[in-house]
Amino acid sequence: MNVALYAAAIALFALSGVPGLVARAASGAAHATATGLAAIGALTGLVSVAVTFVAPDPGVLPLGLVIASTPLAIRLDALSAIFAAPLFLIGGFGAIYGSVYWTPAERPRSVRQVRLFFGLMVASIGTVFAAVDGITLLFAWEIMAIAAFFLVTADAQAKGVLAAGRVFLYAAHVCVLALMGLFTLLASETGSYTLDTLATGVARGPMGPLFFVLTIAGFGFKAGVMPLHFWLPGAHAAAPSHVSALMSGVLIKTGVYGIVRVLTLFPDPPLWWGGTVFALGAISGVLGVAFALGQHDLKRLLAYHSIENIGIILMGLGLGLLGRAAGRPEWVVLGFAGGLLHVVNHGLFKSLLFFGAGAVVHATGTRTIDRLGGLARRMPRSAFGFLVGAIAISGLPPLNGFVSEWLIYLGLCRTIVGEDSRLVTAAGAVGVPALALIGALALACFVKAYGVVFLGEPRSAEARDAHEAPSRMTAPMFVLVLLCATIGLAPFALAAPLDDVIRILAGPRGVGPSVTTLAPLGTLGLVAAVFLGATVLLWLWLRHSTRAAPRDLPTWDCGYAAPTARMQYTASSFADWIVGFFHGALRPERHVTPLRELFVRTAHFEDHVPDVVLDKALGPVLAIGERLAVWSHALQRGHVQIYLLYILVTLVALLFTV
Amino acid sequence: MLDLAFHVALVLLLPPLLLGVINKTKAAFAGRVGPPLLQAYWDLVRLFRKDAVLSRTTTWIFRAGPVVAISTALGAALLVPLGGHAAPVAFSGDVILFAYLLGLGRFFTATAALDTGSAFEGMGAAREVSFSALAEPALFFGLLVLVRTSGALSLSLMMAAPWNTASTVAGAALVLVVVSWFLVLLAENSRIPFDDPNTHLELTMIHEVMVLDHSGKAFGLVLWGAAIKLFVFAALVANLLPFRSDDVALGWAAFVCSMLLVAGVVGVVESVMARFRLVRVPQLVVSASLLAALGLVLLVR
Repeated sequence: MNVALYAAAIALFALSGVPGLVARAASGAAHATATGLAAIGALTGLVSVAVTFVAPDPGVLPLGLVIASTPLAIRLDALSAIFAAPLFLIGGFGAIYGSVYWTPAERPRSVRQVRLFFGLMVASIGTVFAAVDGITLLFAWEIMAIAAFFLVTADAQAKGVLAAGRVFLYAAHVCVLALMGLFTLLASETGSYTLDTLATGVARGPMGPLFFVLTIAGFGFKAGVMPLHFWLPGAHAAAPSHVSALMSGVLIKTGVYGIVRVLTLFPDPPLWWGGTVFALGAISGVLGVAFALGQHDLKRLLAYHSIENIGIILMGLGLGLLGRAAGRPEWVVLGFAGGLLHVVNHGLFKSLLFFGAGAVVHATGTRTIDRLGGLARRMPRSAFGFLVGAIAISGLPPLNGFVSEWLIYLGLCRTIVGEDSRLVTAAGAVGVPALALIGALALACFVKAYGVVFLGEPRSAEARDAHEAPSRMTAPMFVLVLLCATIGLAPFALAAPLDDVIRILAGPRGVGPSVTTLAPLGTLGLVAAVFLGATVLLWLWLRHSTRAAPRDLPTWDCGYAAPTARMQYTASSFADWIVGFFHGALRPERHVTPLRELFVRTAHFEDHVPDVVLDKALGPVLAIGERLAVWSHALQRGHVQIYLLYILVTLVALLFTV
Repeated sequence: MLDLAFHVALVLLLPPLLLGVINKTKAAFAGRVGPPLLQAYWDLVRLFRKDAVLSRTTTWIFRAGPVVAISTALGAALLVPLGGHAAPVAFSGDVILFAYLLGLGRFFTATAALDTGSAFEGMGAAREVSFSALAEPALFFGLLVLVRTSGALSLSLMMAAPWNTASTVAGAALVLVVVSWFLVLLAENSRIPFDDPNTHLELTMIHEVMVLDHSGKAFGLVLWGAAIKLFVFAALVANLLPFRSDDVALGWAAFVCSMLLVAGVVGVVESVMARFRLVRVPQLVVSASLLAALGLVLLVR
């Protein structure tokens, strides 16, 4: 029954943009219909997810198509449901937010495109999460990639948008190639495209490494694992903000979902699988946040943080996989619980942050951090939302980001205690400080982002004239703030759903103890609540006792009489030191005119951190490839007859060889 | 119950005394009389009687900064055992909460600094978050050493008796952690050689420059919070010193003496060393991480 509800939700999203196609672009009714259908779809979907955890239903819903003797179908188990929960939440909120962010009046050329493909993207992601077989998954995957392409390039006239979209499309297709190989191999092993548990021994057999590499290459591409992340920052920054929220909050999680789903089909994974996933996670985490620190574009900065958070998630999942391989149920429970809770948490706070960034773009028309400043006084509600998101993504208590990182920490600490293989102990001994470093760097980055964008004095006229976002943009942010706080203060509420999911992932070595017995979530929630209450009381006391303080004085700038807004610390100067520390990996570029005269007339300083993989490695290689590809023009004549000839020649050649 | 009362009383009342001990030590080295031992208490009393001034640039964050700084320091202090006496709040995994509470305090102190729009405070905030990011692995490597030796994930159990079961190798690791954490203490609390709390040149400061605009009660909270943070880090180091007693009264006395000893050593370091150039600060913080990592390698090899 809940599968049917789920399918209904997907259908509602898929159809939400269709009425708008036949209406005029400026039609308000079509615009409202799209938002309404998406909102109803989101509610339906959330109900189906909730029902799955209360009354699980093993039922499978056939889609009525049979391809390669596989009946295409979807079903909704706990693992699908925990990924689908943020999808419907952010899908619904994104549609509401988008209805005022991307309006027919302001965007008559692209509003229909955005509405249609937003709904399609939610629907296709939902199908990916629920697919029973590889073919359904691949179909949905391809629709998802194309929908995302048309959303990323919605603002096609803007500079750099089409280029970002092209890179996204190329990456999406390399990723699909790897997945086709993976599912074909899986089918040759099990005899059907249905994603069933494999026989013991396959993972450790000669084909084992190939399965692993294809899974990581295919799904890791979509997840944005370093160094396969290069498509992500440009695409997230170019897309409309509500689309960025959905892409960063949910779309990249399809990669995580694929990695978990496929790698746990193998009953006896070797230890190095978990170790590799873990190491990739640690690298993505540290480098993701280091790259984020170097960014000057608010949305690119958030995009690099997605890579960082995917890293944290993979560290959790890697620990769970290590536990499966080593037969340690407590690592399985804590690793998977932490990683999957972080999937949900990242969905919540990252969409909150992108909604906040969207409010900034909406108010000022710029994403350049160094042109902003002082927005908290002009748009206090959006600023508060962004602040809560910033605290949550830095993994700080008492919000939700802390809870999931805490679970991963607890699991990692347990690998240190016993006498296990070196690989496992190394995971703990390197992973814990790496996670600490990631957290501290994320904190630095979000002090910078919040401080430079929202605090201080405005650095430009756009920032000075900023206005608060309309309530249909701030209300979704408010609900996300509440959810972040709820998970932070009452994490025990999610223990039962997490246990349900882990039961699916635990494998044949048996189910471990409940997550609450390994991690005292109840105590943590209580301590966090008491701490928050005490802090708020103290703040109220300070506010009350300084209520008569004079408020119309300037900042005391150490006696300097004429401070200007341009003297404030900027995104560049704030991160300069850390970027310098990581310059070996980040390769920052600086353009400085040296000061030569005694009385300097002009001076210039500019620095930026390009994406090492895309701009320094792939770009030059692809440029060579493009020059070589000129030769293939001789084959590509664009005449249908010639292509028919090619088919005929190929078939004949095959007849002779096979 | 008595232990709880003692714990809370020490956390609230002892921190300013540590500052007094540091300053007296420095004065003794310089051949001065120095400020009275209890000067920090009088400073706090004076500040809490004063009114505040708020810049027109600031938002509510500015006043939240000092509040969160002291509440997180207090929260962390309630998670740390004091010389073998279990902390009032102890549960499996409290060690991570401890470190992240201090992180939350740092987040708000640095954001409140940026709230003023002052170039100097931005400078301080940038340095604070950058150097602390490098100090974080040192703290966690040390914590992992204790997790390994005790098999527990709660600070109270991890530090219950670090020397009792210690083999020679574990002892060596503990010594490395003590040194590493002492460096972390100096870095996190902006002491010499990382920062000079007495300097009057804002360009070179870290912590003090972040709180330039605070005044009155808010500044009182800042100073008290900073003292409690010093207390927390000193307690981490003091807990690893081998001065313990099973007797309740003697045990508390041994702990207080350990704390005063740590404060005294901070004073000695400040007297005999000069502040490092800022570019050399990271090297020292990284070496703190490496020392603790070395300790961990000794244990898990």
